[in-house]
Amino acid sequence: MPPQPFRLPQGGRIDRSRSLAFTFNGRRYDGHPGDTLASALLANGVALVARSFKYHRPRGVMSAGAEEACAFVQLGEGARSDPNCRATQIELFDGLTAASLNCWPNVQLDFGVVSDRLHRLLPAGFYYKTFMWPRRGWLTYEKLIRRAAGLGRAPSEPDPDRYEKRFAHADLLIAGGGPAGLAAALAAGRTGARVILADENGEFGGQLLWRDAEIDGEPALRWVERSLAELSSLPEVRLLPRSTVAGYYDHNFLTVLERVTDHLSPFAAPTATPRQRLWKVRARQVVLATGAIERPLVFINNDLPGIMLAGAAQAYIRRHAVRPGGRAVIFTNNDSAYETVAALSEAGVAITAVIDARAGDTAAAEACLRRGIEVLRGHAVIDASGGHALREVTVAPLDGSATALAGAASTLRCDLLCVSGGWSPTVHLFSQSGGKLAFDAASGCFIPGESRQAERSAGAARGSFDLAACLAEGHAAGLAAARAAGFAGPDSPPPQAPAQAMSPIRPLWEVPSPHQGRRDRKFVDLQNDVTAADIALAAREGYRSVEHTKRYTTAGMGVDQGKTGNLNTLAILAGETQGAIPAVGTTTFRPPYTPVTIGALAGRGVGDFYDPVRKTPMSPWHEARGAVFEPVGKWRRPLYYPGPGEGMEAAVRRECLAVRNAVGLCDASTLGKIDIKGRDAVTLLDRVYTNSWGSLAIGRCRYGLMLKDDGMVFDDGVTTRLGERHYLMTTTSGHAEAVFGWLEEWLQCEWLGLDVYLTSVTTHWATAMLAGPRAREVLAAAGTDIDTSRAGSPYMTVREGHVAGIPARLFRVSFTGELSFEINVPARYGLALWETLMAAGAAFGIEPIGTEALHVLRAEKGYIVVGHDTDGTVTPYDLGMGWIVDQKKPDFIGKRGLRRSDLVRTGRRQLVGLLTDDPAQIIPEGSQIVRSGASLAATPVPMLGHVTSSYWSPALQRSIAMALIEGGQDRQGEAVEAVLPDRTLRAVIGTSRFYDPEGVRLHG
Amino acid sequence: MARYSIFSLARHALRHHEDWPRAWRDPQPKPAYDVVIVGGGGHGLATAYYLAKNHGISNVAVLEKGWLGGGNTGRNTTIVRSNYLLPANARFYEHSLKLWEGLSRELNYNVMFSQRGVLNLAHSDAQMDAYARRGNAMRLNGIDAVLLDRDGVRDMVPQLDFSAAARFPIRGGLLQPRGGTARHDAVAWGFARAADARGVDIIQNCEVTGILREGDRVTGVETTRGTIRAGKIGLAVAGHTGHVAAMAGLRLPIESHLLQAAVSEPLKPLLDTVVTSGAAHVYVSQSDKGELVFGGDLDFYNSYAQRGNLPAIASFTTALIALFPGFGRLRLMRHWGGVMDMTMDGSPIIGKTPLRNFYIDGGWCYGGFKATPGSGWVFAHTIANDAPHPLNEAFSLERFASGHVIDERGAGPVPGAH
Amino acid sequence: MLLIPCPWCGPREEGEFAPGGEGHIRRPEPQAASDQDWAEYLYYRTNPKGLHFERWVHAAGCRRWFNVARDTVTHEIRAVYKMSENRPEGL
Repeated sequence: MPPQPFRLPQGGRIDRSRSLAFTFNGRRYDGHPGDTLASALLANGVALVARSFKYHRPRGVMSAGAEEACAFVQLGEGARSDPNCRATQIELFDGLTAASLNCWPNVQLDFGVVSDRLHRLLPAGFYYKTFMWPRRGWLTYEKLIRRAAGLGRAPSEPDPDRYEKRFAHADLLIAGGGPAGLAAALAAGRTGARVILADENGEFGGQLLWRDAEIDGEPALRWVERSLAELSSLPEVRLLPRSTVAGYYDHNFLTVLERVTDHLSPFAAPTATPRQRLWKVRARQVVLATGAIERPLVFINNDLPGIMLAGAAQAYIRRHAVRPGGRAVIFTNNDSAYETVAALSEAGVAITAVIDARAGDTAAAEACLRRGIEVLRGHAVIDASGGHALREVTVAPLDGSATALAGAASTLRCDLLCVSGGWSPTVHLFSQSGGKLAFDAASGCFIPGESRQAERSAGAARGSFDLAACLAEGHAAGLAAARAAGFAGPDSPPPQAPAQAMSPIRPLWEVPSPHQGRRDRKFVDLQNDVTAADIALAAREGYRSVEHTKRYTTAGMGVDQGKTGNLNTLAILAGETQGAIPAVGTTTFRPPYTPVTIGALAGRGVGDFYDPVRKTPMSPWHEARGAVFEPVGKWRRPLYYPGPGEGMEAAVRRECLAVRNAVGLCDASTLGKIDIKGRDAVTLLDRVYTNSWGSLAIGRCRYGLMLKDDGMVFDDGVTTRLGERHYLMTTTSGHAEAVFGWLEEWLQCEWLGLDVYLTSVTTHWATAMLAGPRAREVLAAAGTDIDTSRAGSPYMTVREGHVAGIPARLFRVSFTGELSFEINVPARYGLALWETLMAAGAAFGIEPIGTEALHVLRAEKGYIVVGHDTDGTVTPYDLGMGWIVDQKKPDFIGKRGLRRSDLVRTGRRQLVGLLTDDPAQIIPEGSQIVRSGASLAATPVPMLGHVTSSYWSPALQRSIAMALIEGGQDRQGEAVEAVLPDRTLRAVIGTSRFYDPEGVRLHG
Repeated sequence: MARYSIFSLARHALRHHEDWPRAWRDPQPKPAYDVVIVGGGGHGLATAYYLAKNHGISNVAVLEKGWLGGGNTGRNTTIVRSNYLLPANARFYEHSLKLWEGLSRELNYNVMFSQRGVLNLAHSDAQMDAYARRGNAMRLNGIDAVLLDRDGVRDMVPQLDFSAAARFPIRGGLLQPRGGTARHDAVAWGFARAADARGVDIIQNCEVTGILREGDRVTGVETTRGTIRAGKIGLAVAGHTGHVAAMAGLRLPIESHLLQAAVSEPLKPLLDTVVTSGAAHVYVSQSDKGELVFGGDLDFYNSYAQRGNLPAIASFTTALIALFPGFGRLRLMRHWGGVMDMTMDGSPIIGKTPLRNFYIDGGWCYGGFKATPGSGWVFAHTIANDAPHPLNEAFSLERFASGHVIDERGAGPVPGAH
Repeated sequence: MLLIPCPWCGPREEGEFAPGGEGHIRRPEPQAASDQDWAEYLYYRTNPKGLHFERWVHAAGCRRWFNVARDTVTHEIRAVYKMSENRPEGL
């Protein structure tokens, strides 16, 4: 076969001077710039492109655009492999490789076709009626079904490409750059409005790219060129080719997916450019000039390769210079296909006949007859045959109702059948915007009805299929949108095209069959292999709501989302249920218009940019020291610092003992810090904490517990009085933002009169916690002008001065039970402070302390960690912290909640200590506790509670645990059992203050 | 009811499927019923079925404003599990799961219950501890639970990001092997067909516009197809419970919010289990058709709009890539929103109301689908006996006053935080 | 995606804001409130299908709380007003 045997010698918008090599199913072919994969395959005579989803029937190219339901391929290989791509939208590039989907071993010889042989056993919804035996058999059947289903294969490696998102504000966004969209852009752009014109194709012009038309007295493509030149010269107009308006959301917010480099070889694409860009457009006004989609006709074997939409055939000829067949039959119920007849003639395709469902005379048919082309009026194609390619069609006359045949059938040989069942406006975006559709009986299609947002449809998108009307409506819509957006700039004359007289369409939703009954295979949804008989079956069984029909048959649920098949489905359903099409209604058009790459929705928010990690000023030191980190909210904190050859257990033990016996240094910078100022600062504290704050002297610190208004513990921390009306509140690391937001909410929504000013200062300060009996000596060695003696800096006080020459606040608080200083310095000095303290502490045996050691140390003291020992269902009384609840205060958040009947009942879970009988055994955290001797055989086993914290205590040389136990405070001394997956551990309930219960050491 | 089986399928195949009977009738509403169930989703239909089957009450109408299963039954992401911590939840959902296990045969309708496992990922020690706690409680409650370590997760879901740079390091996970997915529409259709066969009138395109009251007693409903008197009325309209209950003058501890979900294009099998990550706010499974079905957060503001919105979609697709770097090149085919009844403790309300003869099954938050057979079972019991079943006693409306809330996640009085 | 007119900053994207639920909920006097009163305040909501008076905070902006009157079906924002102001009439 010669190269590109179906390539036309001249014409089209391809560059014959350059050849592009590509591979399809392992074979090498050539095409030209300007080709799509589909047009290049057709040029090379490749008719069989794909296998269908359910029956593995051979399929070819049926359209020339986004509506394609058959020609899906797997594009590329390896990490850039792209499943489920429409051959009709892939712009050809040099080195492209593609393969057919859903076939094995290959598209010619696909064993899956056995399902076509068995089709009578596989009607719509067959799987609901069977596979129920044996009881657990479905899992086995499902494996086979899953393997048979699906289309392309997902790449197994991470996507190497980059995506980005971009915001844009526009006075006017125009979806679709055909005649209506271009006219709208010109009209609006000339007023000075900021316009974005997006079109899904590589070239603007829409159908003008392949229709024989004139505008303003010159060839339409000349007008397109001039228009684009003018639009490009307007500074406020942005042209976005290869950009699909995908989603239409609230308040005129739309997404546009721009395929920036998909038309280039991945190896030729500039590296600095993203593969795709998701535009997030907030538009004052929107014009929907999205055109229309041609409908196939529903007859027996209407899915064979070689059967193509008439408009698509015309596009392949005029735009891509491809002869889509050698001998053609045209089957139509409207005038538009006659343009294809003319195009086919020009391309030298032999035309056997035009089959027009309309019985009467039409000007278009007369013109054909004059040119010597046979036109069979009142006829229909009722059957097609061929194996992997169309060989012949059967035609027969229709009766007056078009529901039965009125005469004998005959066959016509052809390898191309161009079909046109009329055009459906592309109302997807209009429907997504919330607009209501209306049925236009004359055109037999749904058109935009009442709008809900600031948008206008124009041209074919609103059912105006005549070029003159498209231009006029586009112009009017663009101008009106600009005016509505506040632009008074000049009007200009609308572009003109000669009006066309069109004969009416004859709706033909399903071509009648030559024999009675429903045995024929007429495909309504070519993507999901749904037949007219399936629709009828659904209706017969009562799945009569259009949504039921869709879901029961899967019509319209494929990758194409029913772009070509939906209206035929509705109409056939209406016929089956004796209803009218508008009464049947439509299914919901959900975004996106065509599938959107998940990577583009994520944009650059992947990898390191996904939820960026927060780091403290000391982080570089921790990393250099080889710390093992753990996530704490958005922070990463050192969990422990392993020494050479040391595991976690040994490291934590070493760190704990350093604090108990010498000194440790912990990065506590993540602790939430809120600066509180104002006349009513103390009132705020009294209202948000359970205890009283009036008596707190300047320079003193106090621990506080915060509840939600349901009485449950929300957060805790130490608050310090820094001045007359100045406090510093600390919160847990994880809740810092939540607490800050919570306080703001109360101040702004409930306590509007309070004179309080909050500032989140968490990251203003770096905090180094120096803990251990030798902490004071380290401070002295590092150098400080603060009196750190017991008298000079007593427990629970703050002093200001310098540490290591850095201005510092020195908090004498303790979370470890040891003598401890929390040194706050401006964040930029954090690392310097840390390094100085580590150096100064070397002589005293200082060790850096991770969060795990900190947890062990605090658990030894019985200190809680909110969120670890509590979970939002725990009251202060449950924690044994009634001492901190000042019931004498008239109110605080949570006070009333605490009085509710369930919160004061006995038997609530209460925090206690647990000591295992075997001190060497550590109960895993999260273990459930049951009564000693409880039988585990009969479920459910009553559970007394669970372990919240559990560690090996290096200081006590045994395991310790804290647990929430039903009525725990009254069960002191009682033995219980912790249930592990493979055994139980006996333990005794006791106090949770395991170490230095008198608190001698922290007063140091 | 004509039985479905491979044999009946083959028999009908010989006749080109031309005489399959209707799956359910299309009756005109009668003037009065013993029980009117408002809402023809899975819950309403299951309730009607169990009223007829377990309690012999078949003078029942199910009123559906649109098409059966058109609310959250047809919009949800079909996950079925019983991996709960708190005893009330654990017992109720486990009962439901047991019903799921026999449901296809019970209804003679294949609901494609696929026990492929539900895996909750843990990304930190704290999460591992929390899952250990939950898994231990599940086992003691007689529910299957397996705590997996990192390698165990890798064996099941190798596509997850196990690299050192992973934003969500995989520490392990909690697997419920008996959890899985089901075909959502089939659940509504199967219950409808089985309830219809027991005499229940299923009335579509019949919107309730008012609830008739005499004092503190309800007596019937006004609908777009006329007035229907009812001995008892059960609401099963999750998403719209607040709206419909307001017709009877009731205010509830519920807000209606939109939950977003999406599917990818169909792909050959690549994910064999249901994977969820609380930390990443995303969950994903693969349908039998090959689509990845995924979802995440609410829009977090009150809405009845049933429409897709971008922020949540962008957020959970991004999270999905953070977990599964290989999914970035796939394409999202369709996304949508469903209206959720969000209660203030994250648990449902099934039981009596301050009005006599008026019962509520609602407040299902993120997860009503898995409860479908179980809630039908206990709601039918509650209506038939005017008293809750032991399994739904805890899900009363009174719990909000007493403070005995069922707060599985301990998140406090915030809708959507659970 | 909503475009919310912050009374302090002007129209901004939904993503800059955090919703705060129903507005104008009175916190009962704690001493006098019954358990049911407290539950009504903490948990019970009007939840209308239609016009909803609610609170938002411009979390990634001025951090001010304000009131919004918004339709829960169409998402149309009918009014925004400050926390100190009463529900607008005639919406």
